[in-house]
Amino acid sequence: MNQRAEAHPSHERLSRVWDSPKGIWGFMTAVNHRTVGLRFMITAFIFFILAGLEAVVMRVQLALPQLGVVSPDFYNQTFTMHGSTMMFLFVVPFVEGLAIYLVPLMVGAREMAFPRLNLFGYWVFLIAGVTLYVAYLLGMAPDSGWYNYPPLTGPGFRPGAGIDFWVTMITFLEVSALVAAVEIIVTILKMRAPGMSLNRMPVFVWTMLITALMIVIAMPALVLTSLMLALDRFTGTHFFNIAAGGDPFLWQHLFWFFGHPDVYIMLLPAVGVVSMIIPVFAQRALAAYTLVVASIVIIGTLSFGVWVHHMYTVGIALVGLNFFAAASMLITIPSAIQIFSWISTIWNGSLERLTTAMLFAIGFIALFILGGITGIMIAAVPFNWQVHDTYFIVAHFHYVLVGGVVLPIFASVYFWFPKFTGRMLNERLGRWHFWLFVIGFNATFFLMHLTGLEGMPRRVYTYLPGLGWDWLNLLSTLGTFLMAFSVVLFLVNVAVSWRGGTEAGPDPWRGGSLEWATTSPPPNYNFADVPVVRGRDPLWESAGIGMDTRPPWLEELSDPSDELRESITTSVVSADAEGRAVLPGPSPWPMWLALALSVAFIGAMWTTALVPVGLALAFLALLAWHWPAGEGP
Amino acid sequence: MIRPTLRCLPVAVVFLSIGCGGWQSALDPRSPGAATIESLWWIAFTSTGILSSLTILGLLYAVHRAHRRAAPETSRHTASREQTFILIAGVGIPTLFLIGFLTLSVRAGTAVSEHPEEATVMLEVVGHQFWWEVHYPNHGVVTANEIHIPVGEPVEVHITSADVIHSFWIPQLAPGKLDMNPGRFNTLWLFAEEAGLYRGQCTEFCGVQHAHMALLVVASPPEEFEEWLDARRGTPPEPTDPEAARGREVFLEAGCSACHAIRGVSRPRFAGNPGPDLTDLGSRSSLGALTIPNDREHLAQWILEPDRFKPGVRMPPTPLDDADLAALVRYLEGLR
Repeated sequence: MNQRAEAHPSHERLSRVWDSPKGIWGFMTAVNHRTVGLRFMITAFIFFILAGLEAVVMRVQLALPQLGVVSPDFYNQTFTMHGSTMMFLFVVPFVEGLAIYLVPLMVGAREMAFPRLNLFGYWVFLIAGVTLYVAYLLGMAPDSGWYNYPPLTGPGFRPGAGIDFWVTMITFLEVSALVAAVEIIVTILKMRAPGMSLNRMPVFVWTMLITALMIVIAMPALVLTSLMLALDRFTGTHFFNIAAGGDPFLWQHLFWFFGHPDVYIMLLPAVGVVSMIIPVFAQRALAAYTLVVASIVIIGTLSFGVWVHHMYTVGIALVGLNFFAAASMLITIPSAIQIFSWISTIWNGSLERLTTAMLFAIGFIALFILGGITGIMIAAVPFNWQVHDTYFIVAHFHYVLVGGVVLPIFASVYFWFPKFTGRMLNERLGRWHFWLFVIGFNATFFLMHLTGLEGMPRRVYTYLPGLGWDWLNLLSTLGTFLMAFSVVLFLVNVAVSWRGGTEAGPDPWRGGSLEWATTSPPPNYNFADVPVVRGRDPLWESAGIGMDTRPPWLEELSDPSDELRESITTSVVSADAEGRAVLPGPSPWPMWLALALSVAFIGAMWTTALVPVGLALAFLALLAWHWPAGEGP
Repeated sequence: MIRPTLRCLPVAVVFLSIGCGGWQSALDPRSPGAATIESLWWIAFTSTGILSSLTILGLLYAVHRAHRRAAPETSRHTASREQTFILIAGVGIPTLFLIGFLTLSVRAGTAVSEHPEEATVMLEVVGHQFWWEVHYPNHGVVTANEIHIPVGEPVEVHITSADVIHSFWIPQLAPGKLDMNPGRFNTLWLFAEEAGLYRGQCTEFCGVQHAHMALLVVASPPEEFEEWLDARRGTPPEPTDPEAARGREVFLEAGCSACHAIRGVSRPRFAGNPGPDLTDLGSRSSLGALTIPNDREHLAQWILEPDRFKPGVRMPPTPLDDADLAALVRYLEGLR
């Protein structure tokens, strides 16, 4: 389409309508999805670096038996923060940021459905994340694992502030995840470009739709259970207190009812990213699109029926466990469908060159296969009884979450960085990053399978010599340094290329989806003319994204007569044009609402009296947020 | 011939690791249950190893093939044969494999869960932060951090916890681990095919010293096991030498007896056995649940500052002058 946004006759007017305020005020109020999405991704990446540093601290402490680099208490805080950060502050927010940035572009919309809610979600995420890290700096971080099992985390055994920070801030973070999910669902279902029926939706959009639906179903279980623990701690209820008739198993069931779907909440967007990248570099449509989409839906559904495989050793009858084993193993099939779809796409395609993004995607497939097969093994009940809570499990889930999620996240940055910034990342540095990361990763984690089988439990701050674990741990530690160094190369690459990289142009990879139809970075209104979609890869269709069968009022969208932010709405299944939505612009109130709620959440740790105060302030902020603007529709 | 080694060998093995690497390894099973799981692992490893290697090789070949064919523009549209391939490779083969593997897994699970109607030896283990309380209820014997079992006989173990959730794991002697849940009992069976020392460790994070909550299992021929039980059944004899007698006074005066029981001497003042029973302390190989060797110097230092070896341990430091300390150590090491 248009190479230069300025060339469009309506550019100036559209640009003014969709403009964001500048400076500090802009930072507090700007709602445009690309601004908020990028901010989510950058903030989440900073948390990734922190969690990576925590990993280095742990690996140094475990390099040799009986080291005293850090105290046991600090080690326990560190592994808790590492897990909590990676799950709650890095992967989920990063992926949400990616979706907030890309989904409107991929579906041809100008903005998300609820732009201010978006901004609110960001502020909540930022406040919760920073609060957790302030606690860590003060030596008061949670210290009982990212899964926070009572009774260890109950008021009787952990009276300190650490667990208070966990229960309040994780609950608060889920608010952020939930609002982003609601917004992603509505945007995908109602704001797709005309003609983009459900069976033409890009696979990344499909994965985000399923992921968001999973968040809406799974996260309330975590909110509920951490609220119950907060009540046990702050007000003396007895949900998990055995002596008073409570039951810690309640926590385990509710937590894993959230916790297992959460794995797929992280994994599905990653496979979506790979399903976007591989077809572009192979210059061939994704093989068996329908099967792939069906697999995504099936994984999303099955993931709610496997949570007990985290609880095989609790003492549940074997007959019951075998059903959960079967359900867990079933997930192999939809995963395998996707793996063979990618292989088939590459097999029949033509790879002009192996870009860094493609390398990360290929590396992902290999590591995901390895993480998948150990997943089948530990789904087997008796084998799980041996290796549960050992380093075998640590190895397994790092193959799934680093190989399966972090590699695609790196791939997504190499692939869409040109769209975000208008510049290409350096390929040479990118290759170094890829190879060092993958070699370091395997050195660290492949050996851990053996460490676990040799009997080393998880979450130990040290170990005695002579158990056969010494050399394994030393090599794992060396691998970690390689990974850490490769991430430094990546950061250098981003810093240098952001301003100094080669100009990308609108479509550097010859992509097929709509985000490549606009300039890089896109203008603040995304698309001047609403695209009309005629196939799964609209830019690859010979008919293009032309404009013939458009209702006359569609034209008005590209020629706004007043100062309204407008985007098109379409029907849920077939994406027939239905109407136009007027979307809100910049506002300070989302930030004030987030701050007001943080009075309630953070305040609860000192006195529950601050909860009603925070909620009252939140009510006022909501009132101001929704106060009629006076004129306009 | 285990008898003379009962005291010396454990210390050597636990802390100097003489030729006993892998004594907490799931890959070196010494019981039928653990062996069944080990063979399940090797089956899983081999079969999935072959399948995943083939898949990864296929992936790499696909990359190689597509890379070579860069120049001519192929059609971007997918062909229906691709769908057939995906259904065979992604649905057909995994389904067949999973049916086989699930069957093996269910059968292995059933096999390792089988146990005799009645046990000849039954014991009860209670998890504490961060040690193990061990009872032989049918024999009236209580000890801590060490389990003695007869070789070649199934041993029924009832496990529970006095505080938070722990997990009981002796990789070589049992088919995996089982959680110790406060307020509930779980049951598992130990079986040792040969005499020897086996190590276990807590595998559910239980607090600051989770890392130093290990357990020693001593498997000996039945007659030696019976001897071991008999030696512990009664009340330990009165200390004969005056220093040890003074040590007993120190034990009672310095507050040790508030938490620690010694049969015939003291019963803990606090409920729930906050500290290990010390009736046979002198015969144990380690202090602090396999944290340090149980010898004279370590025992003295442990009494003064347990926190030095096990930061966060629940036992408070006990300041004693040299004479009292020496007497106390003398008394404690005589308890066996």
